Amino acid sequence: MKKIYARPSSLKKAVFHYCPGCGHSVVHRIIAELIDEMNLRDVAVGIPPPGCAVFTYNYLDIDMAESAHGRGAAVATGLKRASPETFVFTYQGDGDLAAIGTAETIHAANRGENITAIFINNAVYGMTGGQMAPTTLSGQKTTTTPLGRDDRLEGYPLKMSEILALVRGSAYIERVAVSSPSNIKKAKKAIHKAFQAQLDGVGFSMVEILSPCPTNWKMSPAEAWKWIDDVMVKEFPLGVILDRTGVEDAG
Amino acid sequence: MKGYIEIDREYCKGCELCALFCPKGFIVVSDKLNANGYRVAACVKDGECSGCAICALVCPEVAIEVYRD
Amino acid sequence: MTKVLMDGNSAIGEAAIRAGCQCYFGYPITPQNELTEYMAAHLGRKKGCTFIQAESELAAINMVFGASLAGVRVMTSSSSPGISLKQEGISYLAACELPAVIVNMSRGGPGLGSIAAAQSDYHQATRGGGHGDYRTIVLGPSSVQELADLTHKAFDLADKYKVPVMILGDGVLGQMMEPVEFKYEAPEKLPVREDALRGARGRPSRIVKTFTSNPASLEELNWSLFRRYEIIKRDEVAFDTFMIDDAKLVVVAFGIAARIARGAIKNARKEGLKVGMLRPITLWPFPAEAIKQLAKKKKYFLDIEMNMGQMLEDVKLSLNGSAEVSFYGRTGGVIPTPAELQRAISRVYYQKGLKGGK
Repeated sequence: MKKIYARPSSLKKAVFHYCPGCGHSVVHRIIAELIDEMNLRDVAVGIPPPGCAVFTYNYLDIDMAESAHGRGAAVATGLKRASPETFVFTYQGDGDLAAIGTAETIHAANRGENITAIFINNAVYGMTGGQMAPTTLSGQKTTTTPLGRDDRLEGYPLKMSEILALVRGSAYIERVAVSSPSNIKKAKKAIHKAFQAQLDGVGFSMVEILSPCPTNWKMSPAEAWKWIDDVMVKEFPLGVILDRTGVEDAG
Repeated sequence: MKGYIEIDREYCKGCELCALFCPKGFIVVSDKLNANGYRVAACVKDGECSGCAICALVCPEVAIEVYRD
Repeated sequence: MTKVLMDGNSAIGEAAIRAGCQCYFGYPITPQNELTEYMAAHLGRKKGCTFIQAESELAAINMVFGASLAGVRVMTSSSSPGISLKQEGISYLAACELPAVIVNMSRGGPGLGSIAAAQSDYHQATRGGGHGDYRTIVLGPSSVQELADLTHKAFDLADKYKVPVMILGDGVLGQMMEPVEFKYEAPEKLPVREDALRGARGRPSRIVKTFTSNPASLEELNWSLFRRYEIIKRDEVAFDTFMIDDAKLVVVAFGIAARIARGAIKNARKEGLKVGMLRPITLWPFPAEAIKQLAKKKKYFLDIEMNMGQMLEDVKLSLNGSAEVSFYGRTGGVIPTPAELQRAISRVYYQKGLKGGK
């Protein structure tokens, strides 16, 4: 018998600090697999967010640089413009990309910056203890919406993939989920396409990943993974939102 | 058996997702605790493993290595 | 080298390009737009260089962070309200020991303020400005020539010490036109900084971070930064003196206020007043030792600023009670005239009984 699956070499041998069943763990692993498969370790710089995933650099064996909250797209812009041969991706949560970082994200996409954003959408602010996120569902209880999110007072769940698809500089946008074996496979394919879009120089790429947060959703890992498939995807439908990679003049 | 798996106990966090998704029911959560206090996943005695690697696909902790013919 | 007639803002731009600045990220704000536009016209068209008009000053400073990570010389500029926006980014630059040049052509404040020149950002500039214990080198030019020279120097200092360096100008300096000579030619292309983050080819992967879950290690970072600041204080202080030898009253002023005060001092001298000036050029590190030494012989100082008394505190700290310091200030964008400053100088001179004898 031969070994058909083992830890990717770009993933350091460290136990993740993430909670049991957390989506970050799965996404870190598939990113590491892609870094191995696409030979990116020598040229990649990843930009993790403040948040649970601030420690991404303890796991991915590539150059990494923290950014201030929400500013990942701006930091990535500066880095990529100064060093276009470097492969630059951000790894951002829903607060980082869709609240405090909305302006930087939209404008980086608008300029068609050749960067990739990995957007972890778990409908809540994880690290800080479970407050409302821009992507929190209507009626969802969080620590700052104890009675459930009231759309009239607290706004509606924000659909960043759809918003960014309207921006001319965006080249590839897909929404996936890490909630089941088939979804995880699709998620990896999507990140592959997004990474390829950067390598091909066609513009801004983003993969929005619906991700479980069992601790703050107050569910078991199995329940959390199921909640994504049963409830979350109704608000955030999966699939390719935008694909301009085949088009010559992608903004 | 067409395949077998090795679960690294110290990486396991007892999330039970491998047990949930294994199509052969080959994995269960045992009563053994690891150093972090998690009840670790383990293979069922006299069970069948097809080497499909779905467990490794879902395992968030990358705790599982998979072997196949 | 020939002299050209140029506005201060543009002179900063030309000097930056000649210093090998590769990236500029900015946002329009009066009174520094000539600089942003100069960079658009001249840096933007240069091969391998980048000009971006960012979506905000906040985005711009973070782009600076990214470009500095990549190991190139990078600059941003703004004016007071925009500099407030940049404070988060400057704190991060300092924490990560990343070089960068930040230009503040300050204007009246607080709030949206006025578009006329002021010096009200001295405290913000010289005390770090953002959160946390850190300092940035702050240079206070007082002519278009000095804007050019100090801009060039700023990049060298930033790279030498791995700190952000701020050029604290103001709206008058930025928009006035004077002859300026550029003493340096632009380099072909500067080498990438050694500690640049461009991918872990041929070496272990590298992490640049500011967050730690270990307070003791953060304390150690702070100590390490402050040891470096001690070296900067020892080696980089710069100041100018004017008619100081027999002066009974010493004016302390920086930037445009010092420029105006120079005229006032010349006129006061014609009236027989023995006045001189010490002009800090580095506002941080402040020439505290020079003032302390001066105070052994000179017992009366007059701090003149275009604010409510900010550098005044550093003068008082330097004097530590060994001499008296008075204050004259205008703020909000009001520019004092030489005649007005001459009156202020005379008033203090006579009030302190400095006329005749003593």
